[in-house]
Amino acid sequence: MSNVRLEKVWKRFGATEVIKGVDIEFNEGEFVVLVGPSGCGKSTLLNLVAGLETLSSGNIFIGDRLVNDIPPKDRNIAMVFQSYALYPTKTVHKNITFGMETRRVPVAEQERALKQVTELLHIDSFLERKPGQLSGGQRQRVAMGRALVRHPDVFLFDEPLSNLDAKLRIEMRTEIKKLHQQLGKTIIYVTHDQIEAMTLASRIAVMDNGHIRQFASPETIYEEPEDLFVAEFIGAPSMNIVRGRIRKKGQYVVEVIDEEGSILFPLPDRLLKPAAAREDQEVFLGMRPETITRKGAQRPSVNMFSFQRAIDVVEPTGPDTMLVFTLGNIEAIARVHPEDREQAGAKYAFEVDMGKAKLFDVKTGKRL
Amino acid sequence: MPTRRRPAQWIEPHLPKLVVSPLFAASLFFVYGFIAWTLYISFTRSAVLPSYEFAGLIQYERLWDTPRWYVAIANLFIFSSLFMAGCTVIGILLAILLDQRIRIEGTIRAIYLYPMALSFIVTGTAWKWILNPGLGLEHVIRGWGFENFRFDWLVNPDMAIYTVVIAGVWQSSGYVMALFLAGLRSVDDEILKAAAIDGAGPIRTYYSIILPMVRPVFLSAFIILAHLAIKSFDLVMALTGGGPGYATDMPATFMYSFAFQRSELGEAAASAVMMLVTVIAIIVPYLYSELRRTGR
Amino acid sequence: MSRAAIDGIVRPKGARNKVLRVLLFFILGLFVLYYLLPLFVMVSTSLKSLDEIRGGSLLSLPRNPNFDAWGKAWQSACVGVRCNGLRPYMWNSVAMVVPAVLISTTLGALNGYALTKWRFRGADTIFALMLFGAFIPFQVVLLPMARTLGLMGLAGSVTGLIFVHTVYGLAFTTLYFRNFFIGVSDGIVQAAKIDGAGFFRIFFHVMLPMAPPAIVVTVIWQFTQIWNDFLFGIAFTVGDSNPVTVALNNIVNTSTGVKEYNVDMAAAILAALPTLLVYIIAGKYFVRGLAAGALKG
Repeated sequence: MSNVRLEKVWKRFGATEVIKGVDIEFNEGEFVVLVGPSGCGKSTLLNLVAGLETLSSGNIFIGDRLVNDIPPKDRNIAMVFQSYALYPTKTVHKNITFGMETRRVPVAEQERALKQVTELLHIDSFLERKPGQLSGGQRQRVAMGRALVRHPDVFLFDEPLSNLDAKLRIEMRTEIKKLHQQLGKTIIYVTHDQIEAMTLASRIAVMDNGHIRQFASPETIYEEPEDLFVAEFIGAPSMNIVRGRIRKKGQYVVEVIDEEGSILFPLPDRLLKPAAAREDQEVFLGMRPETITRKGAQRPSVNMFSFQRAIDVVEPTGPDTMLVFTLGNIEAIARVHPEDREQAGAKYAFEVDMGKAKLFDVKTGKRL
Repeated sequence: MPTRRRPAQWIEPHLPKLVVSPLFAASLFFVYGFIAWTLYISFTRSAVLPSYEFAGLIQYERLWDTPRWYVAIANLFIFSSLFMAGCTVIGILLAILLDQRIRIEGTIRAIYLYPMALSFIVTGTAWKWILNPGLGLEHVIRGWGFENFRFDWLVNPDMAIYTVVIAGVWQSSGYVMALFLAGLRSVDDEILKAAAIDGAGPIRTYYSIILPMVRPVFLSAFIILAHLAIKSFDLVMALTGGGPGYATDMPATFMYSFAFQRSELGEAAASAVMMLVTVIAIIVPYLYSELRRTGR
Repeated sequence: MSRAAIDGIVRPKGARNKVLRVLLFFILGLFVLYYLLPLFVMVSTSLKSLDEIRGGSLLSLPRNPNFDAWGKAWQSACVGVRCNGLRPYMWNSVAMVVPAVLISTTLGALNGYALTKWRFRGADTIFALMLFGAFIPFQVVLLPMARTLGLMGLAGSVTGLIFVHTVYGLAFTTLYFRNFFIGVSDGIVQAAKIDGAGFFRIFFHVMLPMAPPAIVVTVIWQFTQIWNDFLFGIAFTVGDSNPVTVALNNIVNTSTGVKEYNVDMAAAILAALPTLLVYIIAGKYFVRGLAAGALKG
């Protein structure tokens, strides 16, 4: 058994509380990504699991074993660090076998394990080199080799790709995902990059300020964010979140007023209940950029709603073009097909799929 | 800013050179010009007054015929090897011990390092008193009941050089500690975390990972200590004055004595040149690699 | 300098670790005593009477602490045949150290600035040559410098000593300021040039205001080095113009009359006091100088 369970975990450094009562359980074989802005406590949480930080209170179980007081080497975990943390004075070979040496594994067995890992990761051609003579990608592989060779129950990754260039990062991302499918071991992976989180995870834990905001599958996190923080953090460009007021004009709508006039966004059936409870009250209306397009560009449905706004800025990205326009109190972004672009300043007929719109409570930030 | 055409505008691009070239010229002259002068004098028969008549290697022949010079060389060898070994061992030991998450580390470090703020003359004066055969440590230990304890190294020609080692190590080991501690602290935390996960205990972590990583510090410490040892003059003068007799003479005191007390300018110059050659042999390869490593 | 990031590593608990921890503090404590012993002996001896010194133990505390020996060391101890105490020599040292530190620091800053921000052909060579100048054994310049001071009419004077310390202090100050200014972005200088500022204007209005950390380190380091110097003092001054280190050595080694250990110790403390105070007040900067001296030696 190699699930990982955290119970009421707190971590304080002096008076600062970094982890504030986290309860979470990672299943065996699961690929969990901890994601959040810098300083949210995600790395600390990983260090707590590794035994590189001492708990202030609470319990951590790996499998059925309470590991609070067990040193890192006895937790049967392996870790890949952001800086790779390779021993610069040792060869690749020694870097990988050092842990086995300290555990007095017989040399023959060390060599066998080394061979297995180096073939898997294609690093057998530079075993006698030192880390300083390797490229970033090669170092990354060696760091993974050092982790793999331990045959741990749980792999811990602390932003392992953040020091690689964009192209390599994508390659290694795929490679890590493949490795996980091959090995089927539990992986806890920390990153601040939400795309990495979405592509890798079987479940994502979004962290903020020492709390876990939401722990769910990538699809759920994206489509059903628990609150404003998760909604804004996941997705790039991030969700348009505009302040409006619920009105009953035949059906329930969100009224957004600004200098260009007022727009009444009709709410889909699914949101009728919370809307009815908040008639004439303020809410946040959330619409992802890709749900706002040129009128007629999406498959017609009852939830399509079109409106007009002037384009402020046009930002081509290649596959899509972002149109920035003013909506209520924000600069909203629509993601349109490049052929649908217009000059800045032009009046534009947008269409939004209100079926995918979200409502958030103004005070609590919770999704309604 | 108003662009005002100054009469001296053409001078502007050359100003830095004009300002600093006399400075550089002067400072280079006082080093290299003077070295050249000393070098030349060492090839003449100069005694009380400098003579500028070239006389070949005569002063070097005299120097290497002087028994006192051999004593100085032997002492330098004894002193520098023990001094360097002592400082390095104590320095590394203390650095590693201080690296163990000590709450009052700052205070302890300050105490270990304060001798570096003292003049060697003060250090020598203090140790001369502590090692005083009649009233110093010998007296104290006899007072503890060891009536026959003898500790007269200060006045014993065979042992006096070791008192210089004791005082020298006392003064400089804290410096080496500071060098190594800074080196140990420069090791990335993640490496230490990786070592903890690999299961390396403290001794293994230091021996097998950290100390190999701070190899450059060993080199710096070696250079600094060797340099201090070759130049050591003040400490000997304060502690033993080169005595008893000339039992604790070192090249630096030898040179001073021949130049300013015995007025043997030529031989003194020859001994100074020998010192310079030794320093060059140690420093130049180091500086060369250091300048290459740091680029420009 | 702390290791907060690895403090938290979960370590095996047990009696063995406790014992090791105790041993650790024991050894550290032992070395604290080792380093403090000479200071303690100096202070306690200086507060004792000669009778007590002869009869008692080196390590015992003074029974009737008094500052008689300090007074004597300050104003009436004999250096050779002159019995004015250390006082005039302390003033010699002050008169030597203040101008020497100020001049060598100012010129070093100018040199470092010119070498890094107005890079001209040969700048690297000049720097390498000056760097080596910091390492030479000064014995090799003693003879020509003695003659030069004689020719300049500065032989045996405090002024001569100021000159010598300035010249040979330049290597370190240049080195330190060069390393400091090399970390300052060239863009700042370019911007100032575009704004029409010249060599000196940039130096005084842009570079120096950024340099207080480097200035403090250099001043403290130069002060300590020059105050503590003995070689130049003994080689280039005579009698009345001796700096305090030379005078202290003469007091201690004066063979005439009764050996007054308490006066010797008081004199040693007096001579050490200025640099010790600097160390206590500005230890942080002193250590930075040491670290830079790691290259200089």
